[in-house]
Amino acid sequence: MSHPSKAAEFLKDQAKSHWHDETLWFVRDKRDKISKSIPEWENLRTIASGLKDYVLNNLDTLLLDFEANAKKNGIHVHWAVNAEEHNQIVHSILEKHDCKAIVKSKSILTEECHLNPYLEKRGVEVVDTDLGERIVQFLQQPPSHIVLPAIHLKKGDISEIFHEKLKTEKGNEDPTYLTHAARLHLREKFLKAKVAITGVNFGVAETGEFVVCTNEGNADMGVHLADVHIACMGIEKIIPRRKDLGVFLRLLARSATGQPITNYNSHFRSPEPGKEIHIVLLDNGRTRQLAREKFKNSLKCIRCGACMNTCPIYRRSGGYSYGSTVPGPIGSILSPGIDVKKYSTLPFASTLCGSCSDVCPVKINIHEQLYEWRQEITKANPDMAKGMSMKMASGIFTSPLAYKISGSLMRKSLKALPKSIIYNPLNVWGKERDLPNPPKESFKEWYKKNRP
Amino acid sequence: MSNQTPHVGLFIPCYVDQFYPNVGIASLELLEKLGCKVSYPQNQTCCGQPLANSGYERDTIGSSEHFIKTFGEFDYVVAPSGSCIMHVKEHFPPEFLDQNAYKELQGKVYELTEFITDVLKAEIKGKFPHRIGYHSSCHGLRGLRLGASTELNVSPFNKAKQLLQGLDGLDWVELTRKDECCGFGGTFAVSEEALSVQMGKDRLADHLEKDVEILTGGDMSCIMHLQGISSRNKQPLKFMHIAEILNQAIQ
Ligand code: SF4
Repeated sequence: MSHPSKAAEFLKDQAKSHWHDETLWFVRDKRDKISKSIPEWENLRTIASGLKDYVLNNLDTLLLDFEANAKKNGIHVHWAVNAEEHNQIVHSILEKHDCKAIVKSKSILTEECHLNPYLEKRGVEVVDTDLGERIVQFLQQPPSHIVLPAIHLKKGDISEIFHEKLKTEKGNEDPTYLTHAARLHLREKFLKAKVAITGVNFGVAETGEFVVCTNEGNADMGVHLADVHIACMGIEKIIPRRKDLGVFLRLLARSATGQPITNYNSHFRSPEPGKEIHIVLLDNGRTRQLAREKFKNSLKCIRCGACMNTCPIYRRSGGYSYGSTVPGPIGSILSPGIDVKKYSTLPFASTLCGSCSDVCPVKINIHEQLYEWRQEITKANPDMAKGMSMKMASGIFTSPLAYKISGSLMRKSLKALPKSIIYNPLNVWGKERDLPNPPKESFKEWYKKNRP
Repeated sequence: MSNQTPHVGLFIPCYVDQFYPNVGIASLELLEKLGCKVSYPQNQTCCGQPLANSGYERDTIGSSEHFIKTFGEFDYVVAPSGSCIMHVKEHFPPEFLDQNAYKELQGKVYELTEFITDVLKAEIKGKFPHRIGYHSSCHGLRGLRLGASTELNVSPFNKAKQLLQGLDGLDWVELTRKDECCGFGGTFAVSEEALSVQMGKDRLADHLEKDVEILTGGDMSCIMHLQGISSRNKQPLKFMHIAEILNQAIQ
């Protein structure tokens, strides 16, 4: 299904879509306030963007540095060219440790690889331990937002799911009560798991350490109780030096939720005696995107979610309308790089308002890339209906005479035709909008008479 | 500005020419009142924006060439539309990027309000005793930086506000969402009809809640969309382009 039809579906429940819009606007507003409390904010964005440019231009050597330093620290490093390889590597580590139940903290990358179904098919119980992710996991849904995975659900929905899955009281929507129930449920899972999987927010080339940011502390809880920690990391997550974290951590928390700092920024450097740390470095199309000059800086993304919270489309159409692992503006420039046909409507799901680019902490020119993807998509899908009508329009616009005739014809027919014809069901503009009252003459006609 | 009267080429976007001649007239008269010599080249056509934004920038070579030829001779090119000016400045096909004629054009095209504040450096004195809600169109705001967008941590400014606040009696309304998109977006208005209309309704609600009397802005395309929804829902809002307000008020 295309973005427009899924968006229209989401908008049918007016009250809920309005609530979704307001909830995410609240997060955007919080981000605005806190970002304005730091005078050097714009400077930080410029530095972060520059650092990420450096990373993308030196990714090969930085990755090798990272690997060498991580190995020195006693970490096992694996390379995965695609999702399949990534999943195989993870599964082989589990097999080696005879592990049938794992806990996982939030990792969009494992969503991208569809790791959960892969492992479940092989008899491994996977428990997502981020509260929002656990909720969507109960519903067998993917996250609808990269930072706030269950943002499309209301308290009542969650109360119902918990009643069914965790036997909480029916109708009790008290957040403290529900969180407490989730905590007890998860604690049991934490204690049982031999292997914990986490994502990676930043991998430091200089030291071979990596940083995982969570608000709930679930990554730490999982990792410290397990014998084996598998960290799944996209190759673009490298930063050169530890001190660069001083830039990125400040931007990330404020952009994501409007907090001054994420509750847990956990640094992992080497395994405790008797334990193991594995890092799986994943490409899965990233080097292909890196080779596309116009689109490569989409890889600068630090997954803060701010472009989703600010996007007037995302707020009103919900994460599922995008049909891709990463939704929203950044998803709309990453996904066509993976499959240009499947995701062909995403770059058009935008008014090119530019709010995403202004909000982005690493200054990705998201809306300009949406514009550029449109140019690519019309080449890849020459049979797009839009192509036909726009071709015709092109004929009109390039010839002043044709333009004049069609314009005045339109004005005249607007006057002459009865409303029922102008607003027929095929006229999409007129379904919920009136057309302008046609004036008696165009500006050009007026000009000829009045400025001869 | 030099002492010589600048010769301004007036660029009137195609839909303004056809549907909103009064906006063209107001822009012309206003610039004349501010001391400019203004000409409207009659063979001008659409700048090609609808095509380019739909993914057919490569088919706008003809219209771009025509535009450069038509407006080459003027000291300045001015249009009452941030969106069309942004297109002319940034989205002509790559073939033109090295051409001197295009580079020159890029340096002399202005949206109407920025031309008045930045080139003419004029203040407009007059009276307009009405309660005004301003719609910040996105391409003007974030493309041409006609104001500070709320996402950025920069000192607030807004060129339209600067002009309107000089008018006696004008009551400027601060909106809750000062610069959220109205949902027009060119072909988006049709290809994502449901979203487009919802975004428009939400924008209108912000103005209505604050008892705005006249909704104004710098892009008639957004206003056409908002007015279309408002009139269908019989809302008590009036709509004017900022050129119409300034031209009516100026003494
Ligand atoms: S593109 Fe920018 S704003 Fe969007 S998630 Fe990535 S870093 Fe955040």
